[in-house]
Amino acid sequence: MMSAKKIFAKAYIWLLLIVLYSPIVFIAVCSFTEAKSLGNWTGFSLNLYKSLFTGGMQNSNALLSAVYNTLLIALIASIVATILGTIAAIGIFNLKGRKKQAIQFLNNIPMINPDIITGVSLFLLFVFLHISQGYLTVILAHITFCTPYVVLNVLPKLSQMNPNVYEAALDLGATPFQALRKVMIPALRPGMISGFILSFTMSLDDFAVTFFTRGTIGLDTLSTFIYTDARKGGLTPELRPLMTIIFLIILAVLLFINIRSSKNTQESK
Amino acid sequence: MNETDKIIEVRHLSKSFSGKKVLEDINLYIRRGEFLTLLGPSGCGKTTMLRMIAGFLQPDEGSILLEGKELAGTPPHLRPLNTVFQRYALFPHLDVYDNIAFGLKLKKTPQEEIDKRVRRVLKLVSMSDYEDRDVETLSGGQQQRIAIARAIVNQPKVLLLDEPLAALDLKMRKDMQIELKEMHKKLGITFIYVTHDQEEALTLSDTIVVMNEGRIQQIGTPTDIYNEPVNSFVADFIGESNILNGTMIRDRKVSFIGHDFDCVDEGFGEDNPVDVVVRPEDIYFVDKEKAQFSAKVKSCVFKGVHYEMFVDTDTGNELMIQDYDAFQPGTEVWLRIEPDDIQVMRKERTQNTFDGEVIDNETVRFLGGDFKCDASAYSSGDKVKVEVPFDKVDLLDNEEEGESYGNVIFILYKGDHYHLTIATPEGEKVWVDTNDIWDKNDQVGIHILPEDIHLRKAEGNE
Amino acid sequence: MSKRSSWALPYFIFLVLFVVMPLVLIVVYSFQDASGHFTFSNITKFFTDKDSLSTFALSIEVAIENTALCILIGYPAAYILADKSLNRSAVTVVLFIMPMWVNALMRTLATAELFNMAGITLGKGTLLFGMCYDYLPFMIYPIYNVLNKMDKSYAEAAEDLGAKPFEVFTKVTFPLSMPGVASGILMVFMPTVSTFAISEFLTNNKIKLFGTIIQENINNSMWNYGAALSLIMLIIIAITTVLQGKDNSEAAAGGAI
Repeated sequence: MMSAKKIFAKAYIWLLLIVLYSPIVFIAVCSFTEAKSLGNWTGFSLNLYKSLFTGGMQNSNALLSAVYNTLLIALIASIVATILGTIAAIGIFNLKGRKKQAIQFLNNIPMINPDIITGVSLFLLFVFLHISQGYLTVILAHITFCTPYVVLNVLPKLSQMNPNVYEAALDLGATPFQALRKVMIPALRPGMISGFILSFTMSLDDFAVTFFTRGTIGLDTLSTFIYTDARKGGLTPELRPLMTIIFLIILAVLLFINIRSSKNTQESK
Repeated sequence: MNETDKIIEVRHLSKSFSGKKVLEDINLYIRRGEFLTLLGPSGCGKTTMLRMIAGFLQPDEGSILLEGKELAGTPPHLRPLNTVFQRYALFPHLDVYDNIAFGLKLKKTPQEEIDKRVRRVLKLVSMSDYEDRDVETLSGGQQQRIAIARAIVNQPKVLLLDEPLAALDLKMRKDMQIELKEMHKKLGITFIYVTHDQEEALTLSDTIVVMNEGRIQQIGTPTDIYNEPVNSFVADFIGESNILNGTMIRDRKVSFIGHDFDCVDEGFGEDNPVDVVVRPEDIYFVDKEKAQFSAKVKSCVFKGVHYEMFVDTDTGNELMIQDYDAFQPGTEVWLRIEPDDIQVMRKERTQNTFDGEVIDNETVRFLGGDFKCDASAYSSGDKVKVEVPFDKVDLLDNEEEGESYGNVIFILYKGDHYHLTIATPEGEKVWVDTNDIWDKNDQVGIHILPEDIHLRKAEGNE
Repeated sequence: MSKRSSWALPYFIFLVLFVVMPLVLIVVYSFQDASGHFTFSNITKFFTDKDSLSTFALSIEVAIENTALCILIGYPAAYILADKSLNRSAVTVVLFIMPMWVNALMRTLATAELFNMAGITLGKGTLLFGMCYDYLPFMIYPIYNVLNKMDKSYAEAAEDLGAKPFEVFTKVTFPLSMPGVASGILMVFMPTVSTFAISEFLTNNKIKLFGTIIQENINNSMWNYGAALSLIMLIIIAITTVLQGKDNSEAAAGGAI
């Protein structure tokens, strides 16, 4: 029924997926046991899930505060990046020639640079400016590498937007601010949303930049927590249920989005 | 005609996509060396047929023969045909020379031979200096010529062209049409051309196949199709025309717009309803003594070559007239139509006929809805034929208010009313005569009064 | 209209402060010693220190191998995903992208643990495997995107002109997919050179990559040398970007319709 080519292709894909997901599945499976170290099985138990939420075992306070920091920093950085990036995109869109090329080049740098360079360079900046490193510096650093993505997501929406709508609004009596709010923002909103989501994701996932800009006050995001934790030898067990939960949330969100978008294409047929 | 003169034969070809029939029982043959055009509106199946000949689609039923041999089962790269694609599909990573040489290199043609043939074909399309150019630097018209060159350099038996001029602007298109026709004459290859532009088809073709909704409507030379359309679809699609309801009084005498006319058609019986087509350029302004009827001019617009006028006849019908002279709105004019210029066509139908099922003695189900009518002569479950006159179908703005609903897919102006085709979601068709103005794709509710629904028993094999 | 171009000014200032200045500082620190005097010693230290040079060479080598491995494994996967006759499921594509969202460090640790349990000693082989595993989705996705968006009529035209299915791939599809491969290389090569945490975990600290020594130096307050090493990395980035730029414009001419 299926050609050999198709069988081979499906097998290849499935093989890759199995390899890709085994570590994740491994973590998930090991979240259901109480063993201290990853890989030991001391019988089925939901205790890790319990202690994750109730702060029972040793490190889970630090873990929870790391999670909290991660979310807070990501939220603040993404919001600021979205606002800054949108305004910047509108400005860039209206520039021409050399000025436009220059600012677009600068905008691309944080995206091209590996995160270790961004981290080290910002570290040196904060040292040079005598800014003490902590929440502020981390958030500033995150805004730095998130904003370019917002700009890149909003610019195409600007080119798709009818160039005369802003003037039309002014012509009909709107103040510049009203024109911006009622006419431009709705047109740009899809780009702003995708830019925001992208920023949020990149900030959540960041390790190197946070690592170099967090200073010595003990500020941890989830990534840095895992790093220091692993180096101490012995991963905090509660990380396993945490990762499993995060993964399931992502899985649910992505499947939901996909099912929704395929339903939309079905209906429009 | 010799069997060997037929280079391609299509027999009983059918194709469906997702349950919808796109081509239905197509039969035609194509003569060696001719320029044949598949002409029709979007969705009529012409591109589907072309792609099946090329090999990119497989038919559900039927066969395609090339020089007597069945083509099914032969993949595209082994068929001695070449296609010119609608958006050219020139390979962006190769220059002009390599694009054209692509097919020849695959056949391992020796380099000298490739050189010769590529240069020759570039000369034919008047692009000799463009060998080393990047295809993306070429204009639309130039890309089109390279696409044609790339196809014909392989000396195919048949050249397939899929709306090749659709993306060009008007002037470019007209110039390319002339070039294509000359190329066809020079090369002597059979051309199969697909387009929705009837003017283009009339200009280029030796033979035109008019298609609509998966079926062939008419096959003929451009003059045949223009002067003697066989049904109202062809008459409406080709050129401008006045399409009117008429009655065949007897052979060579037809009545329409309230007057009797001599005509040249026979064989339509006596006192039978027919469709009549008169081209706008065939209605003449004459002196009162020579006139057959009078009318009042409603509008007069200068179209460059001629004036286009709409007139209301003395019997309340609207006609379009094209003439080199202008007559101002409000003028009373005298008109004449010669017998040769009246084309009588068989009506495809004189009323709506649906398949229905009796639900109870006052309800019949058809068209996807339950209609109230007098079904007392039948029992529940009987299969019946439901007949409804065209002018007794009511169309409503609100879909929910009718017993059934659908959307407008075709509008034909008949001089004093509109003859609409409505399609229900299940694909059934309803024809409606109305004076209301609807737009194509309008969603409408369908309502029929009980007294206008006529039932008769369905015969065994109906 | 022109007034709105001034809206770019705040961001421009931001970029100068947070992007340009930090990079300038890297250059400045590279050429200073601990007391702030101008010196070339950091640069010469890099070129003369056996460890630095070999780590650098190793990082480039690992990056090239990893990129090659990702292309080798990832291209067929992207092709299968984009070919409607082989895969009609959008969900499968999403499944390949999802691991990107689980924390990279965590995945790496789990991978390392799996190796332990399987008795495979951690070293260069596991490093390469782990890197490829981490970066594979970044190679698959751009190639998939290009293949998916490619106009089907190129393949049809090639077939129409006589190309057998395999020839259609080699002569048309593959060349036109180069921009996707270029994107993938961009997203895999430099990040591989500059990772540090992953290599620690996957090799039990046995193998150090370039990113690791930068990190160590900064952490040990050897800012000047760390900056110098970062400068070396910036130069590599600049070189690869320029090469990409040239490649990209050729590839763009070849593939961007």
